Amino acid sequence: MVNVRTMKPIPPLLANIEEREVLRKIKKQKLYLLALLLPFILFIIGFEIGPLVAMLKDSFYADDGIQVTIQQYLTIFKSKFYLQAIQNSLVISLFSAVTSVIIAVIAAYSFTKFSQKIQNRLLMIANMTSNFEGIPLSFSYIILLGNNGLFTLLFSKLGLDIFAGFNLYSWTGLILVYIYFQIPLAIMLIYPSYQGIKKQWKEASSLLNGTALSFWIHIGIPVLLPSIAGTFSILFANAMGAYATAYALVGSNYNLLSLQIASLVSSDVSLRPQLGSAMGVLLAATMIGAMWFNERMMRRIRRDLR
Amino acid sequence: MKSSLAFHKVIVGLLVIYLIIPLVGTFLFSMAGKWDHTILPESYTVKWYIELFQDERFYRALQHTLFLIVVTVGLSVVIMLPTIFIITVYFGKWEKWLQAASMLPYGIPPIVGAVGLIKVYSDGPIQIAGTPWILVGAYFITILPFMYQGIRNSLRTVNAIQLVDAAELLGATKFQAFRTVVFPNIISGILVSTLLSVALLFSEFAFANLLVGGRFETIQIYLADKLNKSGHLTSAIVITYYSIILLLTGTVLKLTFRKENAPSLLKG
Repeated sequence: MVNVRTMKPIPPLLANIEEREVLRKIKKQKLYLLALLLPFILFIIGFEIGPLVAMLKDSFYADDGIQVTIQQYLTIFKSKFYLQAIQNSLVISLFSAVTSVIIAVIAAYSFTKFSQKIQNRLLMIANMTSNFEGIPLSFSYIILLGNNGLFTLLFSKLGLDIFAGFNLYSWTGLILVYIYFQIPLAIMLIYPSYQGIKKQWKEASSLLNGTALSFWIHIGIPVLLPSIAGTFSILFANAMGAYATAYALVGSNYNLLSLQIASLVSSDVSLRPQLGSAMGVLLAATMIGAMWFNERMMRRIRRDLR
Repeated sequence: MKSSLAFHKVIVGLLVIYLIIPLVGTFLFSMAGKWDHTILPESYTVKWYIELFQDERFYRALQHTLFLIVVTVGLSVVIMLPTIFIITVYFGKWEKWLQAASMLPYGIPPIVGAVGLIKVYSDGPIQIAGTPWILVGAYFITILPFMYQGIRNSLRTVNAIQLVDAAELLGATKFQAFRTVVFPNIISGILVSTLLSVALLFSEFAFANLLVGGRFETIQIYLADKLNKSGHLTSAIVITYYSIILLLTGTVLKLTFRKENAPSLLKG
Protein backbone atom coordinates (compact mmCIF):
# COMPACT_ATOMS: atom_id res chain seq x y z
CA MET A 1 0.00 0.00 0.00
CA VAL A 2 1.31 3.35 -0.97
CA ASN A 3 0.15 6.40 0.80
CA VAL A 4 -0.74 9.17 -1.63
CA ARG A 5 0.47 11.81 0.79
CA THR A 6 3.98 10.37 0.93
CA MET A 7 4.21 10.30 -2.82
CA LYS A 8 3.31 13.90 -3.36
CA PRO A 9 4.05 15.84 -0.25
CA ILE A 10 1.83 18.84 0.30
CA PRO A 11 2.47 21.18 3.18
CA PRO A 12 -0.22 20.32 5.76
CA LEU A 13 -1.42 23.90 6.02
CA LEU A 14 -2.07 24.21 2.29
CA ALA A 15 -3.96 20.88 2.22
CA ASN A 16 -6.07 22.10 5.04
CA ILE A 17 -6.98 25.28 3.23
CA GLU A 18 -7.83 23.38 0.07
CA GLU A 19 -9.97 20.94 1.98
CA ARG A 20 -11.81 23.74 3.72
CA GLU A 21 -12.37 25.40 0.39
CA VAL A 22 -13.92 22.25 -1.07
CA LEU A 23 -16.03 21.68 2.02
CA ARG A 24 -17.28 25.24 1.90
CA LYS A 25 -18.14 24.85 -1.74
CA ILE A 26 -20.07 21.64 -1.07
CA LYS A 27 -21.87 23.28 1.84
CA LYS A 28 -22.81 26.23 -0.34
CA GLN A 29 -24.08 23.90 -3.04
CA LYS A 30 -26.14 21.95 -0.54
CA LEU A 31 -27.71 25.13 0.74
CA TYR A 32 -28.53 26.09 -2.80
CA LEU A 33 -30.11 22.68 -3.41
CA LEU A 34 -32.09 22.93 -0.19
CA ALA A 35 -33.46 26.27 -1.32
CA LEU A 36 -34.83 24.54 -4.41
CA LEU A 37 -36.85 22.25 -2.13
CA LEU A 38 -38.59 25.23 -0.56
CA PRO A 39 -41.62 25.46 -2.92
CA PHE A 40 -42.43 21.80 -2.36
CA ILE A 41 -42.18 22.19 1.41
CA LEU A 42 -44.42 25.26 1.29
CA PHE A 43 -47.09 23.43 -0.69
CA ILE A 44 -46.98 20.42 1.64
CA ILE A 45 -47.33 22.62 4.72
CA GLY A 46 -49.88 24.96 3.18
CA PHE A 47 -52.20 22.49 1.52
CA GLU A 48 -51.58 19.08 3.03
CA ILE A 49 -50.25 19.01 6.59
CA GLY A 50 -51.47 22.48 7.59
CA PRO A 51 -55.14 21.91 6.77
CA LEU A 52 -55.10 18.46 8.42
CA VAL A 53 -53.62 19.91 11.61
CA ALA A 54 -56.07 22.82 11.47
CA MET A 55 -58.98 20.40 11.15
CA LEU A 56 -57.74 18.28 14.06
CA LYS A 57 -57.26 21.37 16.23
CA ASP A 58 -60.59 22.88 15.21
CA SER A 59 -62.41 19.69 16.18
CA PHE A 60 -61.46 20.32 19.83
CA TYR A 61 -63.10 23.73 20.00
CA ALA A 62 -66.64 24.69 20.93
CA ASP A 63 -68.92 26.32 18.36
CA ASP A 64 -67.63 29.77 19.38
CA GLY A 65 -64.11 28.77 18.34
CA ILE A 66 -62.59 29.95 21.64
CA GLN A 67 -63.29 27.32 24.27
CA VAL A 68 -61.27 24.09 24.16
CA THR A 69 -63.53 21.07 24.62
CA ILE A 70 -64.36 17.58 23.39
CA GLN A 71 -67.98 18.64 23.14
CA GLN A 72 -68.08 18.20 19.34
CA TYR A 73 -67.25 14.50 19.58
CA LEU A 74 -69.79 14.06 22.38
CA THR A 75 -72.40 15.78 20.22
CA ILE A 76 -71.78 13.32 17.41
CA PHE A 77 -71.95 10.27 19.62
CA LYS A 78 -75.04 11.50 21.44
CA SER A 79 -76.97 12.57 18.36
CA LYS A 80 -79.16 9.98 16.69
CA PHE A 81 -78.99 11.97 13.48
CA TYR A 82 -75.19 12.01 13.16
CA LEU A 83 -74.82 8.43 14.36
CA GLN A 84 -77.25 7.47 11.64
CA ALA A 85 -75.14 9.31 9.05
CA ILE A 86 -72.09 7.32 10.16
CA GLN A 87 -74.07 4.11 10.19
CA ASN A 88 -75.53 4.72 6.73
CA SER A 89 -72.07 5.44 5.33
CA LEU A 90 -70.60 2.33 6.95
CA VAL A 91 -73.43 0.08 5.76
CA ILE A 92 -73.41 1.40 2.21
CA SER A 93 -69.61 1.13 2.01
CA LEU A 94 -69.51 -2.39 3.47
CA PHE A 95 -72.37 -3.60 1.30
CA SER A 96 -71.04 -2.13 -1.95
CA ALA A 97 -67.48 -3.29 -1.21
CA VAL A 98 -68.53 -6.89 -0.41
CA THR A 99 -70.78 -7.16 -3.46
CA SER A 100 -68.21 -5.67 -5.81
CA VAL A 101 -65.42 -7.89 -4.48
CA ILE A 102 -67.54 -11.02 -4.98
CA ILE A 103 -68.48 -10.01 -8.53
CA ALA A 104 -64.89 -9.02 -9.29
CA VAL A 105 -63.46 -12.32 -7.97
CA ILE A 106 -65.80 -14.28 -10.26
CA ALA A 107 -65.42 -11.96 -13.26
CA ALA A 108 -61.63 -11.72 -13.03
CA TYR A 109 -61.45 -15.51 -12.87
CA SER A 110 -63.58 -15.71 -16.03
CA PHE A 111 -61.20 -13.20 -17.64
CA THR A 112 -58.29 -15.61 -17.22
CA LYS A 113 -60.07 -18.22 -19.37
CA PHE A 114 -59.73 -16.09 -22.50
CA SER A 115 -56.77 -15.43 -24.79
CA GLN A 116 -54.27 -12.77 -23.72
CA LYS A 117 -55.55 -10.40 -26.38
CA ILE A 118 -59.14 -10.60 -25.17
CA GLN A 119 -57.98 -10.31 -21.57
CA ASN A 120 -56.22 -7.06 -22.41
CA ARG A 121 -59.35 -5.78 -24.13
CA LEU A 122 -61.49 -6.64 -21.11
CA LEU A 123 -59.07 -4.92 -18.76
CA MET A 124 -59.19 -1.90 -20.99
CA ILE A 125 -62.99 -1.83 -20.74
CA ALA A 126 -62.69 -2.06 -16.95
CA ASN A 127 -60.15 0.77 -16.97
CA MET A 128 -62.27 2.97 -19.22
CA THR A 129 -65.49 2.46 -17.28
CA SER A 130 -63.71 3.05 -13.97
CA ASN A 131 -63.37 6.65 -15.15
CA PHE A 132 -67.11 6.95 -15.50
CA GLU A 133 -67.96 8.10 -12.00
CA GLY A 134 -69.21 11.00 -9.95
CA ILE A 135 -71.66 13.47 -11.46
CA PRO A 136 -71.75 12.00 -15.01
CA LEU A 137 -72.41 8.51 -13.64
CA SER A 138 -75.24 9.68 -11.40
CA PHE A 139 -76.75 11.55 -14.32
CA SER A 140 -76.55 8.44 -16.47
CA TYR A 141 -78.43 6.44 -13.86
CA ILE A 142 -81.01 9.19 -13.54
CA ILE A 143 -81.87 9.07 -17.25
CA LEU A 144 -81.94 5.27 -17.22
CA LEU A 145 -83.65 4.49 -13.93
CA GLY A 146 -84.94 7.80 -12.58
CA ASN A 147 -88.61 8.73 -12.28
CA ASN A 148 -88.86 9.31 -16.03
CA GLY A 149 -85.93 7.04 -16.86
CA LEU A 150 -85.76 5.07 -20.07
CA PHE A 151 -85.91 1.68 -18.36
CA THR A 152 -88.50 2.82 -15.86
CA LEU A 153 -90.85 3.92 -18.63
CA LEU A 154 -90.03 1.00 -20.88
CA PHE A 155 -90.71 -1.62 -18.25
CA SER A 156 -93.90 -0.03 -17.07
CA LYS A 157 -95.14 0.08 -20.70
CA LEU A 158 -94.23 -3.55 -21.15
CA GLY A 159 -96.30 -4.29 -18.08
CA LEU A 160 -93.31 -5.49 -16.06
CA ASP A 161 -93.34 -3.86 -12.68
CA ILE A 162 -89.78 -4.73 -11.58
CA PHE A 163 -89.16 -1.09 -10.96
CA ALA A 164 -92.57 -0.33 -9.50
CA GLY A 165 -91.30 -0.08 -5.93
CA PHE A 166 -87.87 1.08 -7.00
CA ASN A 167 -86.68 4.56 -6.17
CA LEU A 168 -83.32 5.64 -7.55
CA TYR A 169 -83.06 8.57 -5.16
CA SER A 170 -82.84 6.34 -2.12
CA TRP A 171 -80.68 3.76 -0.39
CA THR A 172 -81.22 1.12 -3.11
CA GLY A 173 -80.37 3.65 -5.82
CA LEU A 174 -77.20 4.73 -4.03
CA ILE A 175 -76.12 1.11 -3.53
CA LEU A 176 -76.71 0.39 -7.22
CA VAL A 177 -74.59 3.35 -8.37
CA TYR A 178 -71.86 2.70 -5.78
CA ILE A 179 -71.56 -0.91 -6.91
CA TYR A 180 -71.29 0.27 -10.50
CA PHE A 181 -68.24 2.43 -9.85
CA GLN A 182 -66.65 -0.10 -7.50
CA ILE A 183 -66.76 -3.12 -9.84
CA PRO A 184 -64.25 -1.96 -12.51
CA LEU A 185 -61.84 -0.83 -9.79
CA ALA A 186 -62.21 -4.15 -7.94
CA ILE A 187 -61.55 -6.11 -11.14
CA MET A 188 -58.40 -4.14 -11.89
CA LEU A 189 -57.13 -4.71 -8.35
CA ILE A 190 -57.95 -8.42 -8.11
CA TYR A 191 -57.08 -9.55 -11.63
CA PRO A 192 -53.28 -9.43 -11.16
CA SER A 193 -53.41 -11.81 -8.19
CA TYR A 194 -54.83 -14.57 -10.41
CA GLN A 195 -51.51 -14.41 -12.25
CA GLY A 196 -49.91 -15.65 -9.03
CA ILE A 197 -51.79 -18.95 -9.15
CA LYS A 198 -49.59 -21.25 -11.17
CA LYS A 199 -50.85 -24.00 -13.45
CA GLN A 200 -48.37 -26.40 -11.86
CA TRP A 201 -50.13 -26.05 -8.52
CA LYS A 202 -53.35 -27.29 -10.06
CA GLU A 203 -51.50 -30.20 -11.67
CA ALA A 204 -49.78 -31.08 -8.41
CA SER A 205 -53.11 -30.90 -6.59
CA SER A 206 -54.85 -33.19 -9.07
CA LEU A 207 -51.89 -35.61 -9.01
CA LEU A 208 -52.51 -35.90 -5.28
CA ASN A 209 -56.15 -36.77 -6.00
CA GLY A 210 -57.43 -33.28 -5.29
CA THR A 211 -60.59 -32.11 -7.02
CA ALA A 212 -61.09 -28.68 -8.55
CA LEU A 213 -63.17 -27.76 -5.51
CA SER A 214 -60.56 -28.90 -2.99
CA PHE A 215 -57.89 -27.01 -4.95
CA TRP A 216 -59.78 -23.74 -4.56
CA ILE A 217 -60.66 -24.36 -0.91
CA HIS A 218 -57.15 -25.35 0.20
CA ILE A 219 -54.88 -23.50 -2.23
CA GLY A 220 -56.59 -21.02 -4.54
CA ILE A 221 -58.68 -19.00 -2.10
CA PRO A 222 -56.02 -18.86 0.66
CA VAL A 223 -53.54 -17.49 -1.89
CA LEU A 224 -56.04 -14.90 -3.13
CA LEU A 225 -57.25 -13.96 0.34
CA PRO A 226 -54.76 -11.20 1.22
CA SER A 227 -55.37 -9.46 -2.09
CA ILE A 228 -59.14 -9.84 -1.69
CA ALA A 229 -58.93 -8.32 1.79
CA GLY A 230 -56.68 -5.52 0.54
CA THR A 231 -59.02 -4.76 -2.35
CA PHE A 232 -61.95 -4.79 0.02
CA SER A 233 -60.34 -2.18 2.25
CA ILE A 234 -59.59 0.10 -0.73
CA LEU A 235 -63.17 -0.18 -1.98
CA PHE A 236 -64.49 0.46 1.50
CA ALA A 237 -62.39 3.60 1.84
CA ASN A 238 -63.39 4.65 -1.67
CA ALA A 239 -67.08 4.45 -0.81
CA MET A 240 -66.68 6.12 2.60
CA GLY A 241 -65.05 9.16 1.00
CA ALA A 242 -67.33 9.30 -2.06
CA TYR A 243 -69.08 12.64 -2.29
CA ALA A 244 -69.85 13.65 -5.89
CA THR A 245 -71.97 10.61 -6.74
CA ALA A 246 -74.11 10.89 -3.63
CA TYR A 247 -74.39 14.67 -3.98
CA ALA A 248 -75.69 14.39 -7.54
CA LEU A 249 -78.08 11.55 -6.81
CA VAL A 250 -79.67 12.35 -3.47
CA GLY A 251 -78.51 15.89 -2.72
CA SER A 252 -79.14 16.37 0.95
CA ASN A 253 -82.14 14.04 1.06
CA TYR A 254 -80.13 11.15 2.36
CA ASN A 255 -78.15 11.10 5.56
CA LEU A 256 -74.53 10.22 4.69
CA LEU A 257 -71.33 11.14 6.53
CA SER A 258 -69.69 12.85 3.55
CA LEU A 259 -72.83 14.85 2.74
CA GLN A 260 -73.17 15.92 6.38
CA ILE A 261 -69.55 17.10 6.57
CA ALA A 262 -70.03 19.09 3.38
CA SER A 263 -73.13 20.83 4.67
CA LEU A 264 -71.53 21.57 8.07
CA VAL A 265 -68.47 23.27 6.58
CA SER A 266 -69.78 24.91 3.42
CA SER A 267 -73.53 25.37 3.38
CA ASP A 268 -75.22 28.65 4.21
CA VAL A 269 -77.84 27.22 6.52
CA SER A 270 -76.18 24.80 8.89
CA LEU A 271 -72.64 26.11 9.19
CA ARG A 272 -70.88 24.47 12.15
CA PRO A 273 -67.22 24.15 11.13
CA GLN A 274 -66.01 22.72 14.46
CA LEU A 275 -68.55 19.92 14.36
CA GLY A 276 -67.70 19.34 10.68
CA SER A 277 -64.03 19.11 11.64
CA ALA A 278 -64.78 16.48 14.30
CA MET A 279 -66.69 14.42 11.74
CA GLY A 280 -63.87 14.93 9.25
CA VAL A 281 -61.41 13.58 11.84
CA LEU A 282 -63.59 10.51 12.32
CA LEU A 283 -63.81 9.93 8.56
CA ALA A 284 -60.04 10.40 8.15
CA ALA A 285 -59.43 7.92 10.99
CA THR A 286 -61.60 5.33 9.22
CA MET A 287 -59.74 5.88 5.95
CA ILE A 288 -56.32 5.62 7.58
CA GLY A 289 -57.47 2.43 9.32
CA ALA A 290 -58.55 0.92 6.00
CA MET A 291 -55.30 1.95 4.28
CA TRP A 292 -53.23 0.55 7.13
CA PHE A 293 -55.11 -2.74 6.82
CA ASN A 294 -54.49 -2.78 3.06
CA GLU A 295 -50.77 -2.12 3.58
CA ARG A 296 -50.52 -5.07 5.99
CA MET A 297 -52.33 -7.31 3.54
CA MET A 298 -50.05 -6.26 0.68
CA ARG A 299 -47.03 -7.15 2.80
CA ARG A 300 -48.46 -10.60 3.34
CA ILE A 301 -48.91 -11.11 -0.38
CA ARG A 302 -45.32 -10.17 -0.98
CA ARG A 303 -44.06 -12.55 1.70
CA ASP A 304 -46.30 -15.37 0.50
CA LEU A 305 -45.62 -15.15 -3.18
CA ARG A 306 -42.04 -13.98 -3.48
CA MET B 1 -64.55 -28.17 -20.80
CA LYS B 2 -66.53 -26.52 -23.56
CA SER B 3 -69.57 -25.90 -21.41
CA SER B 4 -67.35 -24.30 -18.80
CA LEU B 5 -65.98 -21.86 -21.38
CA ALA B 6 -69.56 -21.02 -22.33
CA PHE B 7 -70.20 -20.24 -18.67
CA HIS B 8 -67.27 -17.81 -18.57
CA LYS B 9 -68.45 -16.24 -21.81
CA VAL B 10 -71.87 -15.60 -20.26
CA ILE B 11 -70.30 -14.03 -17.16
CA VAL B 12 -67.97 -11.77 -19.11
CA GLY B 13 -70.74 -10.90 -21.56
CA LEU B 14 -73.12 -9.88 -18.79
CA LEU B 15 -70.42 -7.86 -17.09
CA VAL B 16 -69.50 -5.95 -20.25
CA ILE B 17 -73.17 -5.23 -20.98
CA TYR B 18 -73.68 -4.06 -17.42
CA LEU B 19 -70.67 -1.77 -17.59
CA ILE B 20 -71.44 -0.15 -20.93
CA ILE B 21 -75.24 0.18 -20.73
CA PRO B 22 -75.15 3.51 -18.85
CA LEU B 23 -72.71 4.87 -21.42
CA VAL B 24 -74.68 3.64 -24.43
CA GLY B 25 -77.91 4.88 -22.87
CA THR B 26 -76.47 8.34 -22.28
CA PHE B 27 -75.05 8.43 -25.79
CA LEU B 28 -78.38 7.48 -27.39
CA PHE B 29 -80.18 10.01 -25.22
CA SER B 30 -77.83 12.75 -26.38
CA MET B 31 -78.64 11.92 -30.01
CA ALA B 32 -82.36 11.26 -29.58
CA GLY B 33 -85.04 13.44 -31.07
CA LYS B 34 -88.22 11.75 -29.95
CA TRP B 35 -87.91 8.86 -27.54
CA ASP B 36 -90.59 7.94 -25.09
CA HIS B 37 -92.22 4.63 -25.84
CA THR B 38 -89.78 2.58 -27.92
CA ILE B 39 -86.65 0.61 -27.15
CA LEU B 40 -84.50 2.71 -29.47
CA PRO B 41 -85.10 6.38 -30.25
CA GLU B 42 -87.61 7.11 -32.99
CA SER B 43 -85.54 9.86 -34.52
CA TYR B 44 -81.99 11.11 -34.20
CA THR B 45 -80.68 14.62 -34.08
CA VAL B 46 -77.50 16.53 -33.32
CA LYS B 47 -79.35 19.62 -32.17
CA TRP B 48 -78.35 19.05 -28.50
CA TYR B 49 -74.70 19.16 -29.46
CA ILE B 50 -75.27 22.27 -31.55
CA GLU B 51 -77.03 23.86 -28.61
CA LEU B 52 -74.19 22.85 -26.29
CA PHE B 53 -71.46 24.18 -28.55
CA GLN B 54 -73.28 27.49 -28.77
CA ASP B 55 -73.54 27.79 -25.00
CA GLU B 56 -71.05 30.36 -23.80
CA ARG B 57 -71.28 29.13 -20.26
CA PHE B 58 -70.00 25.74 -21.42
CA TYR B 59 -66.94 27.32 -23.03
CA ARG B 60 -66.25 29.44 -19.97
CA ALA B 61 -66.48 26.37 -17.71
CA LEU B 62 -64.19 24.44 -20.03
CA GLN B 63 -61.79 27.35 -20.02
CA HIS B 64 -61.77 27.48 -16.22
CA THR B 65 -61.10 23.77 -15.97
CA LEU B 66 -58.29 23.94 -18.53
CA PHE B 67 -56.79 26.93 -16.74
CA LEU B 68 -56.72 25.03 -13.44
CA ILE B 69 -55.25 21.94 -15.11
CA VAL B 70 -52.51 23.78 -16.97
CA VAL B 71 -51.47 25.85 -13.95
CA THR B 72 -51.57 22.95 -11.48
CA VAL B 73 -49.96 20.28 -13.62
CA GLY B 74 -47.36 22.76 -14.90
CA LEU B 75 -46.53 23.88 -11.38
CA SER B 76 -46.38 20.28 -10.24
CA VAL B 77 -43.89 19.30 -12.95
CA VAL B 78 -41.74 22.37 -12.34
CA ILE B 79 -41.66 21.83 -8.57
CA MET B 80 -41.67 18.05 -8.29
CA LEU B 81 -38.99 17.29 -10.89
CA PRO B 82 -36.18 19.15 -9.13
CA THR B 83 -37.48 18.17 -5.68
CA ILE B 84 -37.50 14.44 -6.37
CA PHE B 85 -34.27 14.69 -8.34
CA ILE B 86 -32.43 16.54 -5.57
CA ILE B 87 -33.70 14.26 -2.83
CA THR B 88 -32.96 10.97 -4.62
CA VAL B 89 -29.53 12.09 -5.83
CA TYR B 90 -28.21 14.20 -2.93
CA PHE B 91 -30.31 13.59 0.18
CA GLY B 92 -31.08 9.87 -0.05
CA LYS B 93 -31.82 9.63 3.68
CA TRP B 94 -34.88 11.88 3.33
CA GLU B 95 -36.44 9.78 0.64
CA LYS B 96 -38.89 8.03 2.94
CA TRP B 97 -40.21 11.38 4.17
CA LEU B 98 -40.71 12.53 0.61
CA GLN B 99 -42.56 9.31 -0.13
CA ALA B 100 -44.77 9.59 2.94
CA ALA B 101 -45.68 13.21 2.17
CA SER B 102 -46.37 12.37 -1.47
CA MET B 103 -48.49 9.29 -0.86
CA LEU B 104 -50.54 10.70 2.03
CA PRO B 105 -53.16 12.43 -0.20
CA TYR B 106 -54.02 9.00 -1.56
CA GLY B 107 -55.64 8.14 1.77
CA ILE B 108 -57.29 11.51 2.42
CA PRO B 109 -60.56 12.02 0.52
CA PRO B 110 -61.28 15.53 -0.83
CA ILE B 111 -64.20 15.91 1.55
CA VAL B 112 -61.75 15.69 4.49
CA GLY B 113 -59.11 17.84 2.82
CA ALA B 114 -61.69 20.53 2.11
CA VAL B 115 -62.63 20.89 5.80
CA GLY B 116 -59.11 21.96 6.77
CA LEU B 117 -58.57 24.08 3.66
CA ILE B 118 -61.71 26.09 4.33
CA LYS B 119 -60.58 26.59 7.91
CA VAL B 120 -57.07 27.77 6.98
CA TYR B 121 -57.93 30.02 4.05
CA SER B 122 -61.26 31.62 4.93
CA ASP B 123 -59.69 33.94 7.49
CA GLY B 124 -56.17 34.74 8.62
CA PRO B 125 -53.32 36.17 6.55
CA ILE B 126 -54.05 34.39 3.26
CA GLN B 127 -57.70 34.60 2.30
CA ILE B 128 -57.98 32.65 -0.93
CA ALA B 129 -61.08 30.56 -0.15
CA GLY B 130 -63.52 31.02 -3.00
CA THR B 131 -60.83 31.90 -5.54
CA PRO B 132 -59.27 29.56 -8.09
CA TRP B 133 -55.94 29.78 -6.24
CA ILE B 134 -57.10 27.61 -3.37
CA LEU B 135 -58.03 25.00 -5.98
CA VAL B 136 -54.54 25.16 -7.48
CA GLY B 137 -53.13 24.32 -4.04
CA ALA B 138 -55.66 21.57 -3.38
CA TYR B 139 -55.14 20.06 -6.84
CA PHE B 140 -51.37 20.19 -6.46
CA ILE B 141 -51.80 17.87 -3.47
CA THR B 142 -54.44 15.74 -5.26
CA ILE B 143 -52.12 14.81 -8.13
CA LEU B 144 -49.04 14.49 -5.91
CA PRO B 145 -49.12 10.66 -5.58
CA PHE B 146 -49.27 10.21 -9.36
CA MET B 147 -46.61 12.77 -10.17
CA TYR B 148 -44.33 11.44 -7.44
CA GLN B 149 -44.57 7.83 -8.58
CA GLY B 150 -44.19 8.72 -12.24
CA ILE B 151 -41.12 10.89 -11.74
CA ARG B 152 -39.45 8.60 -9.19
CA ASN B 153 -39.91 5.54 -11.39
CA SER B 154 -38.51 7.36 -14.43
CA LEU B 155 -35.49 8.53 -12.46
CA ARG B 156 -34.87 4.97 -11.33
CA THR B 157 -35.27 3.51 -14.80
CA VAL B 158 -32.63 5.80 -16.27
CA ASN B 159 -30.25 5.34 -13.30
CA ALA B 160 -30.25 9.07 -12.62
CA ILE B 161 -27.62 8.89 -9.84
CA GLN B 162 -25.03 7.20 -12.05
CA LEU B 163 -25.85 9.49 -14.95
CA VAL B 164 -25.22 12.58 -12.83
CA ASP B 165 -22.02 11.13 -11.37
CA ALA B 166 -20.75 10.43 -14.86
CA ALA B 167 -21.70 13.88 -16.11
CA GLU B 168 -20.05 15.59 -13.13
CA LEU B 169 -16.93 13.50 -13.61
CA LEU B 170 -16.77 14.84 -17.14
CA GLY B 171 -16.89 18.38 -15.81
CA ALA B 172 -20.58 19.24 -16.07
CA THR B 173 -22.27 21.25 -13.35
CA LYS B 174 -25.25 19.81 -11.49
CA PHE B 175 -27.68 21.94 -13.42
CA GLN B 176 -26.10 20.99 -16.74
CA ALA B 177 -26.21 17.32 -15.78
CA PHE B 178 -29.88 17.59 -14.97
CA ARG B 179 -30.86 19.64 -17.98
CA THR B 180 -28.91 17.89 -20.71
CA VAL B 181 -28.62 14.31 -19.46
CA VAL B 182 -31.40 13.41 -17.02
CA PHE B 183 -34.28 15.57 -18.22
CA PRO B 184 -34.39 14.42 -21.88
CA ASN B 185 -34.30 10.82 -20.73
CA ILE B 186 -37.25 10.99 -18.37
CA ILE B 187 -39.57 13.29 -20.30
CA SER B 188 -41.55 10.44 -21.84
CA GLY B 189 -41.91 8.72 -18.49
CA ILE B 190 -43.40 11.86 -16.99
CA LEU B 191 -45.90 12.16 -19.83
CA VAL B 192 -47.97 9.25 -18.52
CA SER B 193 -48.35 10.63 -15.01
CA THR B 194 -49.05 14.06 -16.44
CA LEU B 195 -51.90 12.76 -18.58
CA LEU B 196 -53.27 10.75 -15.67
CA SER B 197 -53.25 13.89 -13.56
CA VAL B 198 -55.04 15.84 -16.28
CA ALA B 199 -57.77 13.19 -16.47
CA LEU B 200 -58.06 13.15 -12.68
CA LEU B 201 -58.44 16.92 -12.42
CA PHE B 202 -60.90 17.00 -15.29
CA SER B 203 -63.29 14.85 -13.29
CA GLU B 204 -62.71 16.52 -9.93
CA PHE B 205 -65.89 17.79 -8.31
CA ALA B 206 -65.65 17.68 -4.50
CA PHE B 207 -62.94 20.34 -4.02
CA ALA B 208 -64.35 22.52 -6.77
CA ASN B 209 -67.82 22.48 -5.25
CA LEU B 210 -66.82 22.90 -1.60
CA LEU B 211 -63.99 25.40 -1.96
CA VAL B 212 -65.14 27.59 -4.82
CA GLY B 213 -68.54 26.51 -6.13
CA GLY B 214 -70.24 28.84 -8.60
CA ARG B 215 -67.68 31.63 -8.16
CA PHE B 216 -65.31 29.93 -10.60
CA GLU B 217 -67.42 27.44 -12.50
CA THR B 218 -65.54 24.36 -13.67
CA ILE B 219 -66.89 21.82 -16.14
CA GLN B 220 -68.04 19.53 -13.31
CA ILE B 221 -69.84 22.33 -11.49
CA TYR B 222 -71.51 23.31 -14.77
CA LEU B 223 -72.58 19.71 -15.29
CA ALA B 224 -73.97 19.41 -11.74
CA ASP B 225 -75.94 22.59 -12.28
CA LYS B 226 -77.43 21.33 -15.56
CA LEU B 227 -78.29 17.97 -14.00
CA ASN B 228 -81.91 18.77 -13.36
CA LYS B 229 -82.51 20.80 -16.51
CA SER B 230 -82.75 19.46 -20.08
CA GLY B 231 -81.81 15.79 -19.98
CA HIS B 232 -80.78 15.69 -23.62
CA LEU B 233 -78.47 18.65 -23.34
CA THR B 234 -76.88 17.22 -20.19
CA SER B 235 -76.34 13.92 -21.99
CA ALA B 236 -74.52 15.81 -24.71
CA ILE B 237 -72.27 17.41 -22.04
CA VAL B 238 -71.63 14.04 -20.41
CA ILE B 239 -70.71 12.43 -23.73
CA THR B 240 -68.45 15.32 -24.75
CA TYR B 241 -66.80 15.27 -21.33
CA TYR B 242 -66.37 11.49 -21.35
CA SER B 243 -64.88 11.56 -24.87
CA ILE B 244 -62.14 13.87 -23.60
CA ILE B 245 -61.50 11.55 -20.65
CA LEU B 246 -61.39 8.53 -22.99
CA LEU B 247 -58.92 10.28 -25.25
CA LEU B 248 -56.66 11.05 -22.27
CA THR B 249 -56.80 7.63 -20.63
CA GLY B 250 -56.58 5.91 -24.02
CA THR B 251 -53.30 7.70 -24.66
CA VAL B 252 -52.08 6.76 -21.19
CA LEU B 253 -52.93 3.08 -21.77
CA LYS B 254 -51.23 3.09 -25.14
CA LEU B 255 -48.08 4.69 -23.73
CA THR B 256 -47.85 2.31 -20.76
CA PHE B 257 -48.51 -0.64 -23.00
CA ARG B 258 -45.70 0.34 -25.31
CA LYS B 259 -43.38 0.79 -22.38
CA GLU B 260 -44.26 -2.57 -20.89
CA ASN B 261 -43.86 -4.35 -24.18
CA ALA B 262 -40.51 -2.88 -25.08
CA PRO B 263 -38.38 -4.65 -22.43
CA SER B 264 -40.05 -8.00 -23.06
CA LEU B 265 -39.17 -7.66 -26.73
CA LEU B 266 -35.57 -7.06 -25.79
CA LYS B 267 -35.58 -10.08 -23.52
CA GLY B 268 -36.85 -12.06 -26.48
